[in-house]
Amino acid sequence: MIQLEFVLLLAGLLFALSVAGIFLNRKNMILLLMCIELMLLAVNFNFIAFARQLGDLNGQVYVFFIMTVAAAEAAIGLAILVVLFRGKKSINVEQLNEMKG
Amino acid sequence: MIRQSVLLTIVLAPLIAAILAGVFGRFIGRRGAHTVTIAGVAISFVLSAWVLKLLLVDGAPPVNEAVYTWLVSDNIRMEVGFLVDRLTALMMVVVTFVSLCVHVYTIGYMHDDPGYQRFFSYISLFTFSMLMLVMANNFMQLFFGWEAVGLVSYLLIGFWYTRPSAIFANLKAFLVNRVGDFGFLLGIAGVVYFTGSLDYQTVFEQRELIAANTMQIIPGIEWQAITVICILLFIGAMGKSAQVPLHVWLPDSMEGPTPISALIHAATMVTAGIFMVARMSPLFELSEVALSTVLVVGATTAFFMGLLGMVNNDIKRVVAYSTLSQLGYMTVALGVSAYSAAIFHLMTHAFFKALLFLAAGSVIIGMHHEQDMRKMGGLKKYMPITYWTALIGALALVAFPGTSGFFSKDAIIAATAAASIPGATYAYWCVLLGVFVTAFYTFRLIFMTFEGPERFRTDAHGHHDSHTPHESPWVVTVPLIVLAVPSLVIGWLTVQPVLFGDYFGTAIFVEAAHDTVARVAETFHGPGAFSLHALLTVPFWLMVAGVATAWVFYVKKPELPSQIAARLGPLYKLLENKFYFDELYQAVFARGSRRLGSVLWRAGDVALIDGAIVNGSAHVVGWFSGVLRRLQSGYLYHYAFAMIIGLSALLAWYVLR
Repeated sequence: MIQLEFVLLLAGLLFALSVAGIFLNRKNMILLLMCIELMLLAVNFNFIAFARQLGDLNGQVYVFFIMTVAAAEAAIGLAILVVLFRGKKSINVEQLNEMKG
Repeated sequence: MIRQSVLLTIVLAPLIAAILAGVFGRFIGRRGAHTVTIAGVAISFVLSAWVLKLLLVDGAPPVNEAVYTWLVSDNIRMEVGFLVDRLTALMMVVVTFVSLCVHVYTIGYMHDDPGYQRFFSYISLFTFSMLMLVMANNFMQLFFGWEAVGLVSYLLIGFWYTRPSAIFANLKAFLVNRVGDFGFLLGIAGVVYFTGSLDYQTVFEQRELIAANTMQIIPGIEWQAITVICILLFIGAMGKSAQVPLHVWLPDSMEGPTPISALIHAATMVTAGIFMVARMSPLFELSEVALSTVLVVGATTAFFMGLLGMVNNDIKRVVAYSTLSQLGYMTVALGVSAYSAAIFHLMTHAFFKALLFLAAGSVIIGMHHEQDMRKMGGLKKYMPITYWTALIGALALVAFPGTSGFFSKDAIIAATAAASIPGATYAYWCVLLGVFVTAFYTFRLIFMTFEGPERFRTDAHGHHDSHTPHESPWVVTVPLIVLAVPSLVIGWLTVQPVLFGDYFGTAIFVEAAHDTVARVAETFHGPGAFSLHALLTVPFWLMVAGVATAWVFYVKKPELPSQIAARLGPLYKLLENKFYFDELYQAVFARGSRRLGSVLWRAGDVALIDGAIVNGSAHVVGWFSGVLRRLQSGYLYHYAFAMIIGLSALLAWYVLR
């Protein structure tokens, strides 16, 4: 049986990787969406690991909820991305500062 | 016994008539409006006369009772109440009688005016206000009447509200009266401060208490409280009764229709100040300083305002200056404690001055609304009734022996001669020379209007005018005749009881040391002897000299006045510009307050409120948000970074706590 620490370490690495992706990526909007998905997956890992460790199925049920929401979110996010691209002819994150005060 | 319902009817009848004519004027029409208001005033007059008869003949005791308590605050009762003694009853009869005459006269004078119903509503409202003023038994109601007559006066001076000069005049009257009313209100406040009551009776009972007090207005200088209160009350009277230096509104008030000039600005409202001081005689008697002030102000008005009448060419304004001068005489009488003489002159003056004004109005109708006396002349032939009644009024005004004005004015002059308080000598010379002045301007008016060549045939443009003056309709001439009768005889009939008898009883209080009327009474042996004796006195010959001078100037040698005017250039200019009072007030008060207003506008409004408070707070918020907006870069990764930092910080706090 795989020890809990390894799974948590993997989840933490995945999370850190996605956070770094959000910060470091300055060019591509799609990468941002992918990083967010990866973040959610990292969280899912944690849920599964603890569910197995504690023998409680509730954690796995939550994972299904999260995956459903993530799928919906990805659909909406991509739709927004398409509209954004039509308007600005670009998905460069550097140029997306419409919200500047 | 005088019943309360009678007094209420006297007051309320004109008010109801005013409301009917004013609010429902469109439904009841012209005829309805004048019928209902004349009926209201007629009821008041008949009942007032009946009340006077009850007091005089049947010996009913004076009424002093509260009708309605408006509110009680801190033990000060504010009530509506009536004090009807012989002084009040006399005023009531005079007010309602003159008002009735003026109502009838108005039918003719305002015949073609579109504001017919409005006018009747106003004059009826005036009658109500004046009755409230004279019948008051407390300071609150007195002040109500005081302000209400001021309001109606304002409305009526500006009756022809499309004329800029009328609007200017009514604003001026309102502002000048405000100065006086401010003093009056302070005086009432002083009375309440020392006695804690608004009721006349209570205040008069505690007058010694006020006299015992002193107050410091300027720190370090002690003033007698009674002197301060009396002078403040008199400032109110100066505003209402148009005494120097608050007289400037009265000549301008002639912008109003002539019936108003007769009723409000000659016979009744302007005498409110005289009446008030007479009513307050128990207070005024305690302060010799206040009496001296009254005396000097009155004497100055009596003489110097009369001088102005000598050079004016507007028929109504000459009569207006004469009103100022006669009000000055009444004030002099108050100053020498001859209150009964003041009220007596008030009464006779009400009759003959209303008569003169209405006659002037009749002339104005006959001349098709021309008021310049230089364009009149020779009207005697065309307007005989107006001429004879005006002549009676003029004789009464110049105090021709036997007429009503003679008894009252001669009594005032004699009382002034007998007085010994400071300023009496100055006042005596003023009223004495005033007799000459009065005679001159009065007969100047008569001669320029009714005698001499017919100057109206050629108007200012030089071409011939076709219309001839005509006598006025009966609604105008009947009031003239009705007023001419008392102008002639009322003095003869009433001088004995009113002036020297004990007509006023306890209504007027005079200290024995001040009692100048009693000193005059020693030489009084009936009206006939009084008149005959006058033929040997200085005032009579001054009067004759005045009339003779006017005759020489305006009938015998009409070219003389302009020569003299040219010779006395600066003096004539001074008179023509009314001693530059208007210019002075314009420069000092009007311009000064506008400048003060402009300073306050710039410093207070623009700089402080708009600049610092309103725009200032907006600027601070704007600056602060300008600092904050730098945080909002719009880049997604900045917000995400902030979120991560925040999350880490919260977690660290949670874990390391």
